[in-house]
Amino acid sequence: MPFIPHTEEDVREMLAAIGVSDIEALFDEIPPTLRCGKLKKLPQAMSEMEVAGLMSARANQDGDPACFIGAGAYDHHIPAAVWQLASRGEFYTAYTPYQAEASQGTLQVLYEFQSMMVALTGMDVSNASLYDGATALAEAVLMAVRANRKSKSRRILIPRSLHPAYRRVTQAMVENQGIELVELPFDLAGGHTDPATLAQFAGQDIAALVIPQPNYFGVLEEVDALTDWAHANKALAIGVVNPVALAVLNPPGEWGAQGADICCGEGQPLGAPLSSGGPYFGFMCCKQALVRQMPGRIVGCTRDLDGKVGFTLTLQAREQHIRRSKATSNICTNQGLMATAATIHMALLGSDGLERVAAACHTNTQNLVQKLTSLEGVEPLFNRPVFHEQVLRLPISADGVLDQLSAMDVLGGLDLSRDYPELGDAILVCATEKRVEPEMDDFQKKLQMILSC
Amino acid sequence: MLIYQQSRTGRRAAAQAPLEKSELSGIPEAFRRKQRADLPEVSEMQAVRHYTRLSQQNFSIDTQFYPLGSCTMKYNPRGCNSLAMLPKFLARHPEAPADHSQGFMACLYELQELLKEVTGMQAVSLSPAAGAQGEFAGVAMIRAYHDARGDEARTEILVPDAAHGTNPASAVMCGYTVREIPSGPDGDVDVDELRKVVGPQTAGIMLTNPSTLGVFDRKIEEIAGLVHEAGGLLYYDGANLNAILGKVRPGDMGFDVIHVNLHKTFSTPHGGGGPGAGPVGVSKRLQPYLPVPMVAQDGDQYHWLTEDDCPESIGRLSTFAGNAGVLLRAYIYARMLGGEGMERVAEYSTLNANYMLKRLTDAGFDAAYPERRATHEFILTLHKQAKQLGVNTMDFAKRLLDYGFHAPTTYFPLLVPECLLIEPTETESREELDGFIDALCSIKQEAEENPEQVKGAPYNLPVKRLDDVRAARELDLAWKSDND
Repeated sequence: MPFIPHTEEDVREMLAAIGVSDIEALFDEIPPTLRCGKLKKLPQAMSEMEVAGLMSARANQDGDPACFIGAGAYDHHIPAAVWQLASRGEFYTAYTPYQAEASQGTLQVLYEFQSMMVALTGMDVSNASLYDGATALAEAVLMAVRANRKSKSRRILIPRSLHPAYRRVTQAMVENQGIELVELPFDLAGGHTDPATLAQFAGQDIAALVIPQPNYFGVLEEVDALTDWAHANKALAIGVVNPVALAVLNPPGEWGAQGADICCGEGQPLGAPLSSGGPYFGFMCCKQALVRQMPGRIVGCTRDLDGKVGFTLTLQAREQHIRRSKATSNICTNQGLMATAATIHMALLGSDGLERVAAACHTNTQNLVQKLTSLEGVEPLFNRPVFHEQVLRLPISADGVLDQLSAMDVLGGLDLSRDYPELGDAILVCATEKRVEPEMDDFQKKLQMILSC
Repeated sequence: MLIYQQSRTGRRAAAQAPLEKSELSGIPEAFRRKQRADLPEVSEMQAVRHYTRLSQQNFSIDTQFYPLGSCTMKYNPRGCNSLAMLPKFLARHPEAPADHSQGFMACLYELQELLKEVTGMQAVSLSPAAGAQGEFAGVAMIRAYHDARGDEARTEILVPDAAHGTNPASAVMCGYTVREIPSGPDGDVDVDELRKVVGPQTAGIMLTNPSTLGVFDRKIEEIAGLVHEAGGLLYYDGANLNAILGKVRPGDMGFDVIHVNLHKTFSTPHGGGGPGAGPVGVSKRLQPYLPVPMVAQDGDQYHWLTEDDCPESIGRLSTFAGNAGVLLRAYIYARMLGGEGMERVAEYSTLNANYMLKRLTDAGFDAAYPERRATHEFILTLHKQAKQLGVNTMDFAKRLLDYGFHAPTTYFPLLVPECLLIEPTETESREELDGFIDALCSIKQEAEENPEQVKGAPYNLPVKRLDDVRAARELDLAWKSDND
């Protein structure tokens, strides 16, 4: 019996101790009419060897194409030590650290995680993770509505230049609470949110302004002006940031005169493999004054009976298991193991390492864009500075080009026509530090072939 | 010692980052960071030692019996981990086109089908990232259903007092108010009380069955009838599905929508607090509202169902497709178990719980519901010990840690005073259960003879009992170089 240790003798003796004749008798409180009988559509058991064969075949079926897609998930190198350590059974198979004395490992890691996120974002405090970048934004929006006591409205300004899935997830998670998301257009030449477009909202009651950096197009936004506009209009500023970019970009804590109030984002670039979209982790940081409105677990440093330093979950009165219907969020299980991996990842890379990664991605993408735009009809769509992604216009249908590239084992970017029909045949490309020159040359060659057909 | 306190300016794990440091030629100075982020500067070996040592300060399933009630801390097969982490699975980009996704999507599709069969629901979406997000999805679907019918008078969700805190919190996130229903003295929902509060304002009820009181609600059909008659829908919290896997299906009990905690019943690891996965299943009438994306099969090809295919969907709950790696682990586990293995999960987890309950009550502990059969978990109440000896449940729990056992869930459910909710799971051997029972008996004796000994526990852990009040009053949530 897979994973069940009982011998026949164990079962006999245990049943005798209970005082029943067979295991079936233990289900005697379930109304017999409800019993389902044998479930015929479930497959037969497989051995580990058999299932290994199946899974290897499935994995191989999907191949190993050269990936030039970013769009919210980035193919970075992860040091070998990260997952060897994070996969240790003591981290991998522990529960949420409710019994603090028996969970100091996880708790200290999460305290270190919070410290590193605070350092990276320039904010005061961090929580211990949320599900992913998109849900972190949704939670940030809910938090801003709760926290902004100067605003009575439930209106949030959200730029169209923000990741489309983030906008959809936020919509799905906040709409039942009567929160209105108002879309801000982007500048068609720059691909950024022109602060001037905010003028139409001046004097209106707005709870928060969402500010991505970089935005979905890879373009750098005018974060200082946007943050200052929010504060001048009694709105909170919510930054949505890429943590690797923060190694080199001005952190949200320093945006504008006062800094962003809340920042959040996708933690995947810090040690989580692409893995078909998850598990990743969302992070959230904020100003000290807002900490009691934060969703999710927070770890604090304290002392034990002997005065020794230790760590424990804190401010739990915000959370669902204490506050129930009045909690700041329903979140319980978060993405603890991913935060653990991220902590180890950041410790191994340090600031210098992360700066190198950020710079290499920036340079690689520039290099790729140069190669691709040397082809007839391929041109950059926006004229503003980018971090490590760029939108390119193709002379023919983006959809068809990407399909042909995929058939040649190149994932040549993301087709933007579904989410941004106004951009025409546009693709979003990314070359992380892992993409090497020959792969880029190969991409260029294949694209040239397709375009010349 | 923190990793920060081992940091020395200029030290690096140099092999881990690009060897060349390129210029940020395309990024104007105005956008740049002025001051380097304060991350630790350590060597690779320092980091490896530090995090290895920290891991050794954790209790975990791999090292200890971990009988946390309603958490299903069963063995997490290593094969599930190594196969879900095959390099090509890890390298697959979430936006990879269909021709580079068929293997992955086949696993997800088959997992959807497996979950449909084992829960008795019509359709499944795998996308919710955890149980609470599954609850949110479920309640949002209930709301979408009523809204689509123009039935806007339904503003209330009913939740039993024994429910997980996530239930009322999820209902509120969907814009509902919550009305609590008491449990009866036998642990079942008080049907007379339910009858009083159910009505045209009822959007639905959220139930866990078996409940967190460790008993199967025998009146479930009556409850389902009452709520349905009033026009409400039934939500099933799958936290305790382990108890009935392959025996009874939520769909057959009359539930309209459910979530399954794959990190409980399907043995994906808890990782010190996630990631989990909380797929949702629905009856036919809620199918149009399932969250996207889902996997559909067309001949021998798989494709995604997205917003475009499901216009009435409650929408998307994660950037991509939820916790894909967790879904793969659950799929692998399900394939190793097969149909018969799933039935055995319920059988042996129930056997283990009833064995423990019997032995512990024989040893003088009080069961919260002595006349009831245990499901896969049960509750002891230490009310007597707390009152007579001044040794409370928390003291017992902390002392258990000294004996090398993780404590059961304490002080939950809230309606049973001084409670321990104990869930052994099917993967524990009889010897392990006996060891735990002996430890509890021995602590009881200590409490009777030398209560201070128990109240001072733990003694054998990296730290003694921690000051939670100080943690909340003197907030220290991040290391800063000036408080070193």
